[in-house]
Amino acid sequence: MEEYTLLRQFADSWMLLVLFVFFVGIIIWVFRPGASKEYNDTANIPFRHQDKPATSKEARQ
Amino acid sequence: MSNYIKLIALGLVVVFAAIGTNYARDLAYQVHAILVMLIAGGLFIWTLRNTDEPDILIDRSGEYMDDVIRYGVIATAFWGVVGFLAGTFIAFQLAFPVLNFEWAQGYLNFGRLRPLHTSAVIFAFGGNALIATSFYVVQRTSAARLWGGNLAWFVFWGYQLFIVLAATGYVLGGTQSKEYAEPEWYVDLWLTIVWVAYLAVYLGTIIKRKEPHIYVANWFYLAFIVTVAMLHLVNNMTIPVSIWGSKSVIVWSGVQDAMIQWWYGHNAVGFFLTAGFLGMMYYFIPKQAERPVFSYKLSIIHFWALIFLYIWAGPHHLHYTALPDWASTLGMVFSVILWMPSWGGMINGLMTLSGAWDKLRTDPVIRMMVISVGFYGMSTFEGPMMSIRAVNSLSHYTDWTIGHVHSGALGWNGMITFGALYFLVPVLWKRERLYSLQMVSWHFWLATIGIVLYAASMWVTGIMEGLMWREVDANGFLVNSFADTVAAKFPMYVVRALGGVMFVAGAVIMCYNLWMTVRKAPAKEASLTVAVPAE
Repeated sequence: MEEYTLLRQFADSWMLLVLFVFFVGIIIWVFRPGASKEYNDTANIPFRHQDKPATSKEARQ
Repeated sequence: MSNYIKLIALGLVVVFAAIGTNYARDLAYQVHAILVMLIAGGLFIWTLRNTDEPDILIDRSGEYMDDVIRYGVIATAFWGVVGFLAGTFIAFQLAFPVLNFEWAQGYLNFGRLRPLHTSAVIFAFGGNALIATSFYVVQRTSAARLWGGNLAWFVFWGYQLFIVLAATGYVLGGTQSKEYAEPEWYVDLWLTIVWVAYLAVYLGTIIKRKEPHIYVANWFYLAFIVTVAMLHLVNNMTIPVSIWGSKSVIVWSGVQDAMIQWWYGHNAVGFFLTAGFLGMMYYFIPKQAERPVFSYKLSIIHFWALIFLYIWAGPHHLHYTALPDWASTLGMVFSVILWMPSWGGMINGLMTLSGAWDKLRTDPVIRMMVISVGFYGMSTFEGPMMSIRAVNSLSHYTDWTIGHVHSGALGWNGMITFGALYFLVPVLWKRERLYSLQMVSWHFWLATIGIVLYAASMWVTGIMEGLMWREVDANGFLVNSFADTVAAKFPMYVVRALGGVMFVAGAVIMCYNLWMTVRKAPAKEASLTVAVPAE
């Protein structure tokens, strides 16, 4: 099989599936239980450490 | 020791540029060779004078690296005004062709100045805004100082050199004629080096972050940096005709070249002008509104949907060309789907203000950010619509496209950048507040009315010329000649240029306001105890 046809077939079958499943997986992951609490904390990152970097003691794990 | 290596490298560059000046096959290359020789020579002397001086090491790990961002803010404002002025001038050139002066033919005519304008606003104004804000945001959201020490300075000055080489090249005729990728091979190579350094600084800072999570703004900035690197490399695969000349030949040919160009071109819009600026939106709107982003979950879905879809949208620039139908249909379908994540992002930005809508009355800076997101929503609806083949058959090659681009660029990119500058200047120069909020209001209204004049006149003239081009009489002959459409467009061209004048006026007011903020606004209390950095 020539290269173009081979790549074309791969792109619109397996690769398409991989990308689609990855994307659906992200949406499911975003709505996993307990996510809201974690994202609440993440969304507040801009309101911390405005003036200077965190010292290693303050670093959050 | 490292100074000796620098001296050897700079010395070699000076010698090479001197030989290049001598052997140069064209004017653009010669001027660039002289420019590079002078800059490298100056750096050589400067490095020489600092060699073997005692090193004074000051531990700055306890503070953010803000001086490079201050330079970035100044560069953004400066290049902004330059780019807007160039745009307004070429708008008048289109309305009044006499402004293509006879004595400046081949240098300052529309064809030479148009890429100067587009590169100045997209890469000089937008690029500096992205670099400066990304350095600001990545430090604050990672709670870490910029990685790489002086590498950030190299990114800043290296990028300015890229801008100067690109701009002077266009005027002198050094261009590879690819829209938004006009700079010739050696300028492209230089940008590649600068961009890799930028990626290193950015990633290095994220890697040493003190927050467990990477805030969403950084995801968008990172997507912008990585994708632009990929686009730049693929679309600039050229082979120079000679190492002593600016002319090069692209390795792609025919319709592949066209497709790669618009894969590049549309993703320059998608990742430079959208993803990067969305990074700005996700940081500065929450900061100015003093509340976290409306939905962090939506922001994650927004990110993945946007980058998964944008990359496929390019073929809609090539409807009714040699490009196979399936490819242009693919581009069209993805462009239409792209409407959804775009509006998801818009809703996320706007709803961040829920519960704080009253700020719109009192804070002109937030008003600026909100109208910017509004323009984002408008142009991301208009874009998918124009990508539909039937609509495109009317809109393509007309001024409608130019109107669409400007409602996005002036409205979305311009306004969000102005908002970010108004936020950054008091913070970076440790001022209590801006010099004048009234001037911000003036800027807001001048810019908004300017954009409305621009976009509206381009809709009218675009649809008019589209209809005139396709009009046929009973015998099937075309009714209008091309010159007829040009004559009919004159009044709208004048309105468009006036819109540009208003937009420039607003930007000049902003520069004065920011300047006076640094000079006159009361200093923040805390800053009195902080020593002035000696860098």
